[in-house]
Amino acid sequence: MDSILLQILNGLDKGGAYALIALGLTLTFGTLGVVNFAHGAIFMIGAFCAVTMNKLLTISKKVKDESITFFDAFKEQPYLEIWFGDTGAKIVEYSVPLSILLAVPVMILIGLAMERGLIRHFYKRAHADQILVTFGLAIIIQEIVRHYFGANPIPQAAPAIVAGSASIGEWFGLGPNLVYPWWRLIYLVFALVVLGSVFAFLQFTTFGMVVRAGMQDRETVGLLGINIQKRFTIVFAIAALVAGLAGVMYTPILPPDYHMGMDFLVLSFVVVVVGGMGSLGGAVAAGFLLGILQSFASMNEVKSILPGIDQIIIYLVAVVVLLVRPRGLMGRKGVMED
Amino acid sequence: MNSSAFKDTLLLVVFATAILTMPIWLKPFGAAYPDLMQRFAIYGLFAIGFNILFGLTGYLSFGHAAFLGVGSYAAVWSFKLLTMNVLPAVFFGVIVAGFFAYLIGFISLRRSGIYFSILTLAFAQMCYNLAYSVLTPITNGETGLQLTLDDPRVLDAQAAAGSIPGTTLFGIPMTGITGFYFCAVVLIIGFFISMRIFNSPFGMMLKAIKSNQNRMSYTGFNTRPYLIWAFVISGMYAGLAGSLLAVTDPLAGAERMQWTASGEVVLMTILGGAGTLVGPFLGAGLIKYFENIFSSFNEQILHEAFAALPDGLENALVGLTSLFVGEGWHLTLGLLFMVIVIFLPGGIMEGVRRIGSLFTRSGSKAKSESSTAPEAR
Repeated sequence: MDSILLQILNGLDKGGAYALIALGLTLTFGTLGVVNFAHGAIFMIGAFCAVTMNKLLTISKKVKDESITFFDAFKEQPYLEIWFGDTGAKIVEYSVPLSILLAVPVMILIGLAMERGLIRHFYKRAHADQILVTFGLAIIIQEIVRHYFGANPIPQAAPAIVAGSASIGEWFGLGPNLVYPWWRLIYLVFALVVLGSVFAFLQFTTFGMVVRAGMQDRETVGLLGINIQKRFTIVFAIAALVAGLAGVMYTPILPPDYHMGMDFLVLSFVVVVVGGMGSLGGAVAAGFLLGILQSFASMNEVKSILPGIDQIIIYLVAVVVLLVRPRGLMGRKGVMED
Repeated sequence: MNSSAFKDTLLLVVFATAILTMPIWLKPFGAAYPDLMQRFAIYGLFAIGFNILFGLTGYLSFGHAAFLGVGSYAAVWSFKLLTMNVLPAVFFGVIVAGFFAYLIGFISLRRSGIYFSILTLAFAQMCYNLAYSVLTPITNGETGLQLTLDDPRVLDAQAAAGSIPGTTLFGIPMTGITGFYFCAVVLIIGFFISMRIFNSPFGMMLKAIKSNQNRMSYTGFNTRPYLIWAFVISGMYAGLAGSLLAVTDPLAGAERMQWTASGEVVLMTILGGAGTLVGPFLGAGLIKYFENIFSSFNEQILHEAFAALPDGLENALVGLTSLFVGEGWHLTLGLLFMVIVIFLPGGIMEGVRRIGSLFTRSGSKAKSESSTAPEAR
């Protein structure tokens, strides 16, 4: 029982990342009708926002190490620590959550620039062209990141206070074996909050209403005298922001490297297709579902019955779903059917 | 009709001559060594095969590298178990890849558009992951499948002990320049078959599917068998290319099946011009050429190249260009990808046509036609 609960929890945080990326992908599908293969790269840029923030905060100066007295030893000490003492050290420790402050403007700007500069010119082109041009863009982003940050993963630490594990089992009276890393729990809550706010934004604001109407029937909304284009640009920026935030917060779980975007992209695409193209709820549900399935498949008990299942479970599910329910779990008629 | 048959023969002859004389006319470009020319021929075949699916029917497969990998594995197993002769290896590579393509195509072709792309991608990733994990007895996992001393090779006479024999064609070793000529002959045959397919009623059917599949169904055609056959044929081409890779270097690794490799063949086809006969080969050649040239550059060569300039300018230029060469070759590839798709959706062949139309009297008319052509989905 405990191990099943644990696998579900393990799946949830990964599922949260899938859901956040897939949400952005499917938003772009539904509103702009664009297949964006660069979305994984946006996720990666988010992760590297955290790396950049950490580097900025720890700009250091060589100071004499007083603890070693035999010879002149020097150590790197961040300016923040020199200026603010312990407060500075705390700021450095909280670099990952703080990088959200950096990521929000950066991701929105990148989203706006991408839509204005590139995606806009590809609305009327074939889906194959959209796939290819964004694939090229993804390669470029990936190579630029590799040039500046190197090819090795750069681990990011979560703040010390949440570095350990939460004893979830004791909270619910299920036995002490059920522990779960704090940061993953935070990630899950964070993902749910972001998902909830995006949904609330689309559901309860006038802006969101127009966007949803535009997803249903773009032409009619345009005929009513509403500038749908402008709103869709903002939607694209929101999609970029969501993926970027997902990336920032994921860094303590998985050290970012330059090809993490591509890895997540392929999986998120599968998630979108399983959930149903253009369906927001479907993307979220499929994200969590596939995350949980993946963590179950990597249990030793399952692997001993079906060797290798953990490697292919997601693709297998995608194949089965697409053949049984061609539009995905919650797909609507008429979206991406040409 | 006669004139078009004449044109085709002419094209074939010109193509064959160009391929077979590659060791001569590639010399000034510094690309006339067998290893690179083999790759031109092999990836040319891969792209020509991919073009039969994507160029004719418009179905964008993102999993073609899987067939390349399967072809390689089959060929290496033929070397290990049967004989070092390359013909059985190529035969098994093609057949096994064709069988895989039938299985995957049978399922994937039930959907079209983006769904089809994702399904093929999913299957290719499944093959890749399985080759790395569970199928290790067959694929030898991360190390890659290699020839070993104790392979049975039932059809071959026992070779001298302590050495691994090379691949041969009835005794002619398939290394270096002879290996290239073998690949070149296979490429010319492959090109001929692709030409026949383009001109056949079958090819017309595929083109009709690309321009409007619904209308085809309304007129009473069942498009599915045609699509499956196109998929199988292009999978067999990929298997052929994979087995040739094994012929020139008897080693097969799972990384050949990764989806970036599938992306590469898409790029080759697009760069050359999807739906044209020669385009995919040109695209493959160009990419392999630039990959080879660009990735061999380093800062020292750049410093020599810009040595004539004043020092400050030289360093700035070297700093800028070094981004794009050596390890940064992928950056150039990505840029090329975007530039081609944005400005020249028809690839090199469309560029050639546009330039050609500048010099002919009906230039303006041909231009307006070619500019509307890519809009058709």
